[in-house]
Amino acid sequence: MELEYSIEGGDFSKAGLASSEVKKILKQVNIKPEIIKRIAVAMYEAEVNVVAHAYQGKMLVNIDPSKVYIRFEDEGPGIENIDQAMQEGFSTASEAVRQMGFGAGMGLPNMKKNVDEFFVGSVVGKGTTVELTTYIK
Amino acid sequence: MAETVFHHALTILEDVCFGCTHCVKVCPTEALRVRDGKARLTANRCIDCGRCMQACPVNAIIIKQDDFSEIYKYKARVALVTSILIGQFPRHYPTRKIYSGIMEQGFSHVYEAEHGASLLIDEINQYVARHGAVKPVISSFCPAIVRLIQVRFPSLVENIMLLKAPLDLAAISFKKELMERGFAEDEIGIFYITPCAAKIAAIKSPVGEKNSPINGVINMDTLFNKVYSGFKKEHSSSCIVPEKEQLRAEEMAWSLTGGEAKYINGRCLSIDGIKNAIEFLEGIENGHISNFDFIEMRACDQSCAGGILTTSNRFLTVERLEERIVKYGQDKIEGKIFDNKTIDKHSSFIRENVKIDTIEPRSMLKLDENTEEALRKMERIRKIFSYLPGIDCGACGTPSCRSLAEDVVQGHAHTSDCIFIQTSLNVPSDQEIRAEKIWGKDRFRKLT
Ligand SMILES: Nc1ncnc2c1ncn2[C@@H]1O[C@H](COP(=O)(O)OP(=O)(O)O)[C@@H](O)[C@H]1O
Ligand code: SF4
Ligand SMILES: [Mg+2]
Repeated sequence: MELEYSIEGGDFSKAGLASSEVKKILKQVNIKPEIIKRIAVAMYEAEVNVVAHAYQGKMLVNIDPSKVYIRFEDEGPGIENIDQAMQEGFSTASEAVRQMGFGAGMGLPNMKKNVDEFFVGSVVGKGTTVELTTYIK
Repeated sequence: MAETVFHHALTILEDVCFGCTHCVKVCPTEALRVRDGKARLTANRCIDCGRCMQACPVNAIIIKQDDFSEIYKYKARVALVTSILIGQFPRHYPTRKIYSGIMEQGFSHVYEAEHGASLLIDEINQYVARHGAVKPVISSFCPAIVRLIQVRFPSLVENIMLLKAPLDLAAISFKKELMERGFAEDEIGIFYITPCAAKIAAIKSPVGEKNSPINGVINMDTLFNKVYSGFKKEHSSSCIVPEKEQLRAEEMAWSLTGGEAKYINGRCLSIDGIKNAIEFLEGIENGHISNFDFIEMRACDQSCAGGILTTSNRFLTVERLEERIVKYGQDKIEGKIFDNKTIDKHSSFIRENVKIDTIEPRSMLKLDENTEEALRKMERIRKIFSYLPGIDCGACGTPSCRSLAEDVVQGHAHTSDCIFIQTSLNVPSDQEIRAEKIWGKDRFRKLT
């Protein structure tokens, strides 16, 4: 099954809506609660990153009986140094974003920790792609 | 395999219900549908939060209770009342008078259900300290919240605190006390005076406990009306002066918002109201809300002061209880009150019995046990949904276009239940039959 959602950059009031939708579908197709929890954390972080750091993006979800695959594609500034961005606590978030409770620099590391396969690719000045794969069998 | 049906206390009166969709729309677990012109409740989805009862314009939704005369089956007839009941009465009625008014209704003992909360503070703090790995610990105090988590947030079931509510602790300790005073176990009838449906459901089919120490349940509004009208027509000055134990300040406030969280170490928060609770649980599930140690969470606005069976305005109830707490403080300084002896006497017994067994998730969202089959169903739901207008009008008897699509795929409804689909299909006879199935024949007679 394939799903697609668009994500608006900068709109924090809507950050997490797409993830909540997908989470509900994961519950409906009876994926184990502990797996849902891991996917939920990873996709929420990825969605928030699009809102916080990019201009706009989309979330593509593919669920089959063996795995849940989620790809985020955004148009934005991209990431200059991915190794650095992957470090716990590293963040370029503005003070304003931090005031809203985002920007602890744990998003990318937590994504990696919570899924089975993780990929992040980026072209500076163009955008970022994040892929999250979780096996459910 | 036979499915276990969980007790729910909310009941729809068929002859009163006229099949509008108010209740269908407000149910947080989408447990209601209109069929044959009446609202129908799916028992296992219902969490007994009472939002439907609040929304019903004709009082067709009620809370079943035990017959009042049941109390006479017992020699010791205990009214186990929450402090919220005291808060229902205007402030010039002293607690003692309210107690005596309750006894005049036929009870031999009155006992407040928050006795034991003071012991629980300790137990919760130890529990939270022990459960550092699964944070936050979510209180098990409100049974509607426990059920909400079971059916809608299965991955958070492990966060629910496996400790009893003060109500159960008060019941077991007071039962023990009466047995020590010479009553046989089967001579003691403990009747809980409930502010809500959720507590009834929790007593009749307890989660994580084999059975409840409570023998019966009486709705708070029923008892309030009896006692209050007794006060109104009272002539004689004679009144029973009951034996009374004083609730401690923290116990009086336990059922109010902040009542628990205030006493728990670490980073805590109190959430009240079902919508707020759902939003917060979503946040915990996404990991966006983290680093909390303890969450107090109640389904009603202003917690139990807003219980569906309360008669007084919830904000006045809070004010009265707060005044009572202040008075308690003054009396204590003046040496006018004695502390609660029964609870202290039985404290080690209570501590031994404070735990509840594991709580199981029972997701009501899953379309099928088998993920492959569930995925096929999901595809069909999305397909059907794409044909529906998406305005959630409720005329199909379900809460939303999405839920109609789900019902169709689960075999409980038909796509042509949607009035928009009906007008685009040109089979008038079928249309009529479908519409009658949802709204009943009478509804259409009115139009002709
Ligand atoms: N989608 C994105 N577009 C541009 N930059 C990103 C994106 N996602 C992450 N980054 C960069 O990587 C850094 C670390 O990301 P993350 O670990 O999620 O922490 P945080 O979002 O709290 O800053 C961000 O501060 C940002 O500089
Ligand atoms: S908040 Fe109190 S009154 Fe309301 S459902 Fe929960 S336990 Fe019952
Ligand atoms: Mg981030």
